[in-house]
Amino acid sequence: MIRVDQEIIIPWMKEGSSVLDLGCGDGTLLRHLQESRDMHGYGLEIDQVKVISSIENGVNVIHADLDAGLNQYFDNDSFDYVIMTQTLQAIQRPDHLLQEMLRIGREGIVTFPNMGHWKSRLQLGLQGIMPVTRTLPYAWYNTPNIHLCTLKDFEALCERLNIRILQSRMVNFAQKSSTLIKLMPGLMGEIAVYHITRG
Amino acid sequence: MPETIPADSVGIVTPQKLQFDQPLELTCGKALDNYEIVYETYGELNEDRSNALLICHALSGDHHAAGYHSMEDRKPGWWDIAIGPGKPFDTNKFFIVVPNNLGGCKGSTGPNTINPETSEPWGSDFPIITVKDWVQSQARLADALGIEKWAAVIGGSLGGMQVMQWAIDLPDRLEHALVIAAAPKLSAQNIGFNEVARQAIMSDPEFHDGHFYRHDTVPRRGLMLARMLGHITYLSDEAMRAKFGRELREGKINFGFDVEFQVESYLRYQGKSFVDRFDANTYLIMTKALDYFDPASEYGDDLSEAFRRARVPFLVVSFTSDWRFSPERSEEIVRALIAARKDVSYTEIESAQGHDAFLMPNEAYQETLYAYMKRVEVPAA
Repeated sequence: MIRVDQEIIIPWMKEGSSVLDLGCGDGTLLRHLQESRDMHGYGLEIDQVKVISSIENGVNVIHADLDAGLNQYFDNDSFDYVIMTQTLQAIQRPDHLLQEMLRIGREGIVTFPNMGHWKSRLQLGLQGIMPVTRTLPYAWYNTPNIHLCTLKDFEALCERLNIRILQSRMVNFAQKSSTLIKLMPGLMGEIAVYHITRG
Repeated sequence: MPETIPADSVGIVTPQKLQFDQPLELTCGKALDNYEIVYETYGELNEDRSNALLICHALSGDHHAAGYHSMEDRKPGWWDIAIGPGKPFDTNKFFIVVPNNLGGCKGSTGPNTINPETSEPWGSDFPIITVKDWVQSQARLADALGIEKWAAVIGGSLGGMQVMQWAIDLPDRLEHALVIAAAPKLSAQNIGFNEVARQAIMSDPEFHDGHFYRHDTVPRRGLMLARMLGHITYLSDEAMRAKFGRELREGKINFGFDVEFQVESYLRYQGKSFVDRFDANTYLIMTKALDYFDPASEYGDDLSEAFRRARVPFLVVSFTSDWRFSPERSEEIVRALIAARKDVSYTEIESAQGHDAFLMPNEAYQETLYAYMKRVEVPAA
């Protein structure tokens, strides 16, 4: 099944273009892009079981650890889009990987859980506990999400790395988008979706 | 010996042989005027001859990849874990062809068969055969069997090298390429090991410059040493430790040079039994084919340029503890395929078995092959 954040980014990519999907899971999104958008691409995935699912799904999947770098596989400017959905927060060095994405791809698309969502703020600010939410369902001691950030944090990093934001959207799981999210994206958005390029 | 044939076995199989009278021009400049190829087949060819898989063997392999020759056989063919009804290379779906390569010693024309010019075994007069030559000879076999296009060409190690060469040299004659535990060319270390193996054989006084058949002998010690050395490179440190540790045969050290450690006993056994089933000249030829394999060399040393000719999707598989052809070597193949914009999937299978892992049962490995072979669509037999 295509996730909400994935649904948003599909129309952001031109039909017939090339794409690299970092953390492609079982290949559902790639398969969709191949079949209904005539796109050609590859996915990277670290988990053996998901790699096998991707193979069965008929997509190109490379069994690899994003933290080990992408240099051994991909040349500069070799893809139209490098996308990474809900993976940035689990990466050792998100700053390095963002730069890698825009070395390999002309444009990048990143989605991540917004740590600044009001539920997270309430849990940490009032209850004094590490947030556990729908988008961040793990306890602090077993979470794979080691680099969480808010929209402000992400945008500050983009500025520091000279990354230009082409467009962004905030969504929540249930209704995709709402007036509240539009008014207060940093507070109301559960998932952040950013379309970026080199500055 | 199997008491009964397992349900997922191809059962009792009989090798077949074909004679080819059209000369085969070889890469080395010589030609084989005529030759024979021994092969086995499993499953049935469908009506439009589109369900055939070619399986290419490695250094010490042969055409007997699955099933048994008789109920007296101790073990099935070398890739029985992968070939059979319901197995990844499913004989209910595919017609599988496994030839013994030229230069081999199991019935195809090679150093231990008769040279028509001398009416004696070829011995060291047998020409050096390359991976490219094998591909051409396998294509002739496909012609003879009426197979225009393989549904997939598949191989591990040196077999995987033949798969790559197929995709580059005859891109219209296959639909899928499965390259397992291979490398795009040998490293200096790989060639070094091969050279020690060759020296062991050639320096054996019983070698007689490769014409030992005349003297009714074989270079036993040399071939045994070559196999012992090779065997170490096929296993991982971890696998050897798990299998033998430093276990002593008699439970104590005897301060001598007889077999003391279990690993010594194992290697000697492997070496000795190899001598009974393999030909020393074939070993030399196979190691040379490995050393010379370098498909990029014809394309300005640019592997991705070589792969640009390919028209098929690839599956590339490596094993974590393989240090003979390590995962990094498979990654070179994958990188070149991506640069050439070819369809490729790659997985690195967790295994402690070293290079030999490609012949061993392993759940993730077998699941990977199953998953990929589902993509190889063919009409039923």
